[in-house]
Amino acid sequence: MDYFIKLLLSGTAKGSIYALIALGYTMVYGIVKLINFAHGEVYMIGGFTALIVGGFLSTLGMSIPVVLLFSILASIIYSSAFGFTIERLAYRPLRNKSRLSALISAIGISMILQNFIMLAQTEKYLPFPSYLPDLPFLQPVREYINSTQFIILITTSFIMIILTIIIKFTRIGKAMRATSQDKQMAQLVGVNINQVISVTFVIGSSLAAIGGVLICSYMGQINYYIGFVAGIKAFVAAVLGGIGSIPGAVLGSFILGWTESLGTGFISSDYEDAYAFIILILILILKPDGILGKNQKQKV
Amino acid sequence: MKRSIVVLSVLALAAVLITVGCQKKVTETIKIGVAGAHSGDLASYGLPSVNAAKLVVEGVNAKGGINGRMIELFIEDDQCKPEVATNTASKLVSDNVVAVIGHICSGATKAALGIYKDSKIVTVSPSATTPTLTQSGEYPNFFRTIAPDDAQAKLATMFIKDKLGIKILAVLHDKGDYGKGFAELVKQYAEAEGIQVVLFEGVNPGAPDYSAIVNKIGNSGATAVVWGGYHPEASKLVQQMKDKGMDLPFISDDGVKDQTFIDVAGKYAEGVYATGPMDTSANPMAIKAAADHKAKFGDDPGAFFLNAYAATQAVVNAIQKAGSTDFEAVSKALRSEYVETTLGKISFDARGDVIGFGFSVYQVQNGKYAELK
Amino acid sequence: MNRKNQKSELIASLVSTIWFVILLFPFLVMKVNVTGGKAVVIFRWSYLPVIAISIFVLSFLWRRALEWNQHRGDKTPVRTPLSGIRDFIITALRRKPIKLGVMALLLLIVLAYPYVLGMYHTNIMITALIYVMLALGLNIVVGLGGLLNLGYAAFFAVGAYTYGLLWKYAGPAFISAGIDTGWLFWIALPSAGVIAVIFGILLSLPVLRLRGDYLAIITLAFGEMFRMVLQNSGPVTGGATGISLIPRPWLFGIRLPPRQAATYIYYIAIILVIFTIFVVRRIEDSRVGRALEAMREDEVACEAMGVDLVRNKMATFALGAFWAGIAGVLLAAQTTYINPDSFTLWESIMVLMAIVIGGTGSIPGAIGGALILKLLPEYFRPLAQYRMLIYGIAMIIIIIFKPDGLIPRNRKRYTFVEKSASDSVPGVQK
Repeated sequence: MDYFIKLLLSGTAKGSIYALIALGYTMVYGIVKLINFAHGEVYMIGGFTALIVGGFLSTLGMSIPVVLLFSILASIIYSSAFGFTIERLAYRPLRNKSRLSALISAIGISMILQNFIMLAQTEKYLPFPSYLPDLPFLQPVREYINSTQFIILITTSFIMIILTIIIKFTRIGKAMRATSQDKQMAQLVGVNINQVISVTFVIGSSLAAIGGVLICSYMGQINYYIGFVAGIKAFVAAVLGGIGSIPGAVLGSFILGWTESLGTGFISSDYEDAYAFIILILILILKPDGILGKNQKQKV
Repeated sequence: MKRSIVVLSVLALAAVLITVGCQKKVTETIKIGVAGAHSGDLASYGLPSVNAAKLVVEGVNAKGGINGRMIELFIEDDQCKPEVATNTASKLVSDNVVAVIGHICSGATKAALGIYKDSKIVTVSPSATTPTLTQSGEYPNFFRTIAPDDAQAKLATMFIKDKLGIKILAVLHDKGDYGKGFAELVKQYAEAEGIQVVLFEGVNPGAPDYSAIVNKIGNSGATAVVWGGYHPEASKLVQQMKDKGMDLPFISDDGVKDQTFIDVAGKYAEGVYATGPMDTSANPMAIKAAADHKAKFGDDPGAFFLNAYAATQAVVNAIQKAGSTDFEAVSKALRSEYVETTLGKISFDARGDVIGFGFSVYQVQNGKYAELK
Repeated sequence: MNRKNQKSELIASLVSTIWFVILLFPFLVMKVNVTGGKAVVIFRWSYLPVIAISIFVLSFLWRRALEWNQHRGDKTPVRTPLSGIRDFIITALRRKPIKLGVMALLLLIVLAYPYVLGMYHTNIMITALIYVMLALGLNIVVGLGGLLNLGYAAFFAVGAYTYGLLWKYAGPAFISAGIDTGWLFWIALPSAGVIAVIFGILLSLPVLRLRGDYLAIITLAFGEMFRMVLQNSGPVTGGATGISLIPRPWLFGIRLPPRQAATYIYYIAIILVIFTIFVVRRIEDSRVGRALEAMREDEVACEAMGVDLVRNKMATFALGAFWAGIAGVLLAAQTTYINPDSFTLWESIMVLMAIVIGGTGSIPGAIGGALILKLLPEYFRPLAQYRMLIYGIAMIIIIIFKPDGLIPRNRKRYTFVEKSASDSVPGVQK
């Protein structure tokens, strides 16, 4: 039983890691219906910005909380700027074209960013300093959950709530929902869809940045390639929960985390991804639009 | 007018690219290929060997080359993919190289070796450790400056049994060619020695979180963990194990015996065991190579740098001793001549495995790998 | 263009220069290195002016190019000497003897290729031809059927492993029986096709209800799972270590050295590609092909018209898988070594890219796309480690300037002319 709880908790921790990236994925997908392969790379950029800015500030001799604050801020700003620029450069010219073209553009961006960081910074793995505080009250239960995992879990839940509020109740949220339903119609009633899409990319990318800082702190390392693997997993999680749905992305991530963790614990980690994929296939066969996805009736 | 500006700038850009791309070849050079993953996910293991080869060649050319002939490097990417590696190999063959430093991954090496073999090109890999590459006897042109997995696995197993006195073992690997090969051999030797292997599993390389498998180790009752694979995953594993209060001995291979591991894992690296080539920290050549790297490229050398450095030195020496670039003469020189390298004084046996540097077990002590005598 | 416009364009370029310099500053000018747990940041100020100037020039060019691209379509065709030559060539090509002559010349070039350019170029051309077959196969699934398949590499793996396993298990028996192992290739070729078809049908069963991105992710899942099975069933498939020393196809019992073997495989690949093109074109014009296109456009309407969707989807996956299986055998024969790493998700994505870049649904497009995608990185080799960066940039430039692909599909139009009326009424025209 104790073993089961431990596995469940590590599944939860894993799930919240996936969720941090999946949230941005699902937002962008919900609005522009684009599988944004470059999202994982934006997450990597976020991590690198934090490392560079944090490294620079700590050489100036600033205290750890200040360094943490500024490096997270810088990473959010830079990731958002990258997200914004990517959308302007590579996605906007293709908005009214075939969706496959935009997908290829996204893959191209992903390739460019990976190689750019590899060439401009380093191909090696770099240690990522943990600026996150060690929470003393978790010390007795550290076999179950450690403080970074706890912080990630709290942040994920917090972000989910904020996002739901933004999308449900604010003006820009309404504009987003309108754009996602019907771009032309939204434009007709006075929604500036260019602006809405840019805002979506900025929000999605800043989530990726937060994910970058937290996950890299948890892993203790960073490399130009971390985005690709994380991106694919997050994509699977987002689809599982019903792509486009915010709570769905979180739920999908947790299910993914639990399946992998329990599968590893009770069967074997050799087929870790396979458990996740089997669950995915079963769910999609039973509910072809994901767990919380809206059932899209096909019109003729 | 405007159009001409556009055209001119395009032309200028093209000219820059072309001059960068195709520098005029100097005649009568000795051509040496460097092949490995220079892009893609495994570039971090391939690029350091490029730097190593560049440094050696720079040094040799500055002294007037080999018998008056300059060395020219042909650096080709294979992304560690077998199907790209065949193309890389045929490119190098078309370029008339006399020797190749590489490839990095065992899979790519296997795919490329067939082509080198038939074209009579000496191939010295700094990192391909699959035992069959030398032991099958299929590739008389193949040499390596790294020990095959079985030697390491044997050493690690004996160390676990005799020095650590472990009875129950967990063996993990990264599902890759290299890591799984090492892990399987350790399992095989350990079971032959009467050690119980309670856990033998592969984990996903690159995953952010290994806490589930760490829990499983805790549940399995193993008293030590063997890791077959590279250092990024090793450092995550070690960190997450210690975070959970599990202080089991962690034994790994030379993919982990790398300063980057200690840098990345930090305080968690303390106490980790790894097998690797004999201590090179006191070797003046190795110290100089690392310093040169720092001076030229601005940072510390990466994985397999010293192996690649030694491989290049060995090739250069063999060509020098052979007095020609003839395949038979060079491979004979590689087998018969001892050469002072960053790994020590080395030569190669009949099968192409390196002789001259012993393998030993290291432990991380105070942020450094210390050799255990 | 007037002076004011020019000025505003320069200002726009300047603004984007400032934006990009700020954006790229931490990555290009600053360089982080961590030694002994302490991060060290060095500044490479000398990069700054280089970056600024190149971004300024590039952004200026980019803006002009985008503008040119936008107005490319709406100019009325002007008769220039160049367009005159083009028209002349097009009309000349319509004439039978000239057309035949050009075809013969093309064939001659294709046949002479390995002798003129040597082993390296032959080898990369084989790789490209393998991708041409893959792209043509996937084109049936994605281009005609509109079913996004991200697990295509699995069928490729089925083909390669059919040959690999045949060699591993039947090879020793062949050798002891004194039969030339070169025959294994010819046994593997059709059987890989058949086995891949079986896998294709098996895969199509659970995904019949899905469409769009959900289909994409399920096929991705199946593809990755298949690779995992290959990786983990070590005793049977060799696991991560793969299968090595697979024989190249030999010419009537003569063991060829790599150079001649490459030429030989090249010819085999050429014949297979021509065969593929022939079959795929036939499929496109057949009843199945038209049903597939109808299915892509509208599944519900298609079903209402009496098209059996289940059968058609199965046929799509089966047909697509067949070519991947064949291509897999060629890959195993060329590289002589296979391991699961050659069949990752990335491989599936590359094939998909080939189709989209060439022009979804278009046969010459798929061929062109695959050739570009596989040959460009080889020709970019002089760029050393910059090549994948440039490659990514090239992909984006192509897709932005040619969003429908390089050779977009020219759909057949069927016009219906009434016998008595003089004016033609467009019939089936989508």
